[in-house]
Amino acid sequence: MSQTNLEIIVDDPTAPEDDSPSVVTSGAVEIFVCLLLLALAATLGYDNWRTGASWDSTGPEPGYFPFYLSVILGGGSLYGLIVTLVAHRKATETFVTRAQARRVMAVLVPTLLFCLLTQFLGLYVASFLLIAGFMRLVGKLVLWKSLLTAFLFTAIMFVTFDIAFDVIMPKGPLEAAFGH
Amino acid sequence: MEALGLLLHGFAVLLTLKTLVLMMVGLVLGIFVGVLPGLGGPNGVAILLPLTFTMDPTSAIVMLSCIYWGALFGGAITSILFNIPGEAWSVATTFDGYPMAQQGRAAEALTAAFTSSFIGSLVAVLLITFLAPMISSFALKFGPPEFFAVYLLTFCSFVGLGREAKHKTVISMSLGLLLAGVGMDTVSGQLRMTFGSSELLRGINFLVAVIGLFGISEILLTMEERLALRGHAASISLRVVLGVWKDLPKYWVTLLRSSFIGCWLGITPGGAIAASFMGYNLAKRFGKDPRSFGKGRIEGVFAPETAAHASGTAALLPMLALGIPGSGTAAILLGGLMVWGLNPGPLLFVEHKDFVWGLIASMYLGNVVGLVLVLTTVPIFASILRVPFAAVAPMIVVSCAIGAYAIQNAMFDIWLMLGFGVVGYVFKKIGIPLAPFTLALVLGNRAEDAFRLSMIGSGGDLKVFWSNGLVGSITTLAILLLCWPAIDDVLRRRRMQWT
Repeated sequence: MSQTNLEIIVDDPTAPEDDSPSVVTSGAVEIFVCLLLLALAATLGYDNWRTGASWDSTGPEPGYFPFYLSVILGGGSLYGLIVTLVAHRKATETFVTRAQARRVMAVLVPTLLFCLLTQFLGLYVASFLLIAGFMRLVGKLVLWKSLLTAFLFTAIMFVTFDIAFDVIMPKGPLEAAFGH
Repeated sequence: MEALGLLLHGFAVLLTLKTLVLMMVGLVLGIFVGVLPGLGGPNGVAILLPLTFTMDPTSAIVMLSCIYWGALFGGAITSILFNIPGEAWSVATTFDGYPMAQQGRAAEALTAAFTSSFIGSLVAVLLITFLAPMISSFALKFGPPEFFAVYLLTFCSFVGLGREAKHKTVISMSLGLLLAGVGMDTVSGQLRMTFGSSELLRGINFLVAVIGLFGISEILLTMEERLALRGHAASISLRVVLGVWKDLPKYWVTLLRSSFIGCWLGITPGGAIAASFMGYNLAKRFGKDPRSFGKGRIEGVFAPETAAHASGTAALLPMLALGIPGSGTAAILLGGLMVWGLNPGPLLFVEHKDFVWGLIASMYLGNVVGLVLVLTTVPIFASILRVPFAAVAPMIVVSCAIGAYAIQNAMFDIWLMLGFGVVGYVFKKIGIPLAPFTLALVLGNRAEDAFRLSMIGSGGDLKVFWSNGLVGSITTLAILLLCWPAIDDVLRRRRMQWT
């Protein structure tokens, strides 16, 4: 057989440790989510009731369908809340460990900054900064590789979307300087 | 026979250089996202969807469906070589696929996986070719009550047959239906749930939600895990391929059984995950030496892969014929149809023949081209895994943002996508299923319209949902399915008492 059997090994030096302490349990998060959903159901339910959730001569009013859906959502969340509270002693399963939370934040925070930057600098400049910054600071990759990858990817995106496919992205001062 | 003629016409639509190039691009991109850690079928399709916005619908759907086939093929590569199932339906493939790779039979396992995927999809596509036109012409007679009953059946079967905790499915579905209602009411023109915000006037776009729920949340989840990999490299030689193919007839029962399971579970919302496990378990039960399963038996690769792909493909049948997606990916494709200005449902077969038959023909062609492509390029794709995730993650974030923005040219949608990303991450971790949410969000408005039109027609009489045999039996079936867990429980207790 001409098949080669070389092993492919990729290491992950920044992997979260297995023995990292738990930040929050799944039970606690479930209770929190159920409470949030309950509040959402109440808000939407009220808004739809205000819009009109009964029947008029032509059939159900605009708020009718969503009003009853809010009731179902509220019911489901309430049930979930009670089930979780009753089983709370058992629900000590870890939702996220400290090391995992750190890694998730390492993506979430840059993504948040990227969205903010897109608003002011345009999507392409923001994406260059996100990719280069993420590769260098989070992935600890070599600087020139990070810059080059970020530049190439952003350039390809610009050519693909703004030029070839005419899908216009938000722009900022840099593109304006080049007359785009 | 009419179907055959139309299918040939579909091939004629496809056989242009442009479509063929798009097909190849779609397949390569699809395999790429399938192989990348943390991404798979629905995520890949959601992220790459914006690429197709400016294309004509036929080219767009061809490219998207090829991305999907590619992603399915790609998932098998990581399952077998690295023991990492890219998607839940690839889990069963790792049972025998990875042991085969360990024994130095990676090429054989990969060939088996790709070939059986191909066979599974082919059976499902054949089913679509002949059944979809029949169902859609039948559905042309449907009025609003019938449509509402079918939507109700879809929603109820998710609640009744889903594996997740019932209340979580209900939460997910009602939330999706509610969010679908945000914005202007299509019947009265009144504003609902906008709270005075001008951004919410447009409503919550389904695709923005999907990109956040599947793309961004998947990146967050992937980051949590250790990304170190250990696996086998493989290249496939023609001799291995022919060797596996020569033995195929021996396994015809397994292949056929898995194809049927897949088709059945793909049309009903059981889905590819259930299909792959069921395919595997049945092959094991009826196999000659059940104990040798899990130690590198080729049937253990054939069975789940055939079933998963048959199911993934068959999920497109209700989408094409009725406008009701049978899977998450089908829902995203359905969202795509709306972006391209097509109205999903039975009329599609009448009004857009080119589109429908082009799509069906592309399923045949895409699978053949995909099979050849993966068989020849496995070593290249396996090495994609060497690309550091720190480079891939921000690129996916950027692609998601481009996708979210491109749908309505709104910055607000990028923020919305981020919000859905966080929601998706939390929901996945506490076991609230995302598929019912996606389905509800895409069908919500149409279900509501159908309900209100039925009510207007009947003067507010709910008996309209039992007004004739057809609508009555669909509605009753829906309610039975909704109560199925309770009925099942009672039946089981009875049986216990008797024995």
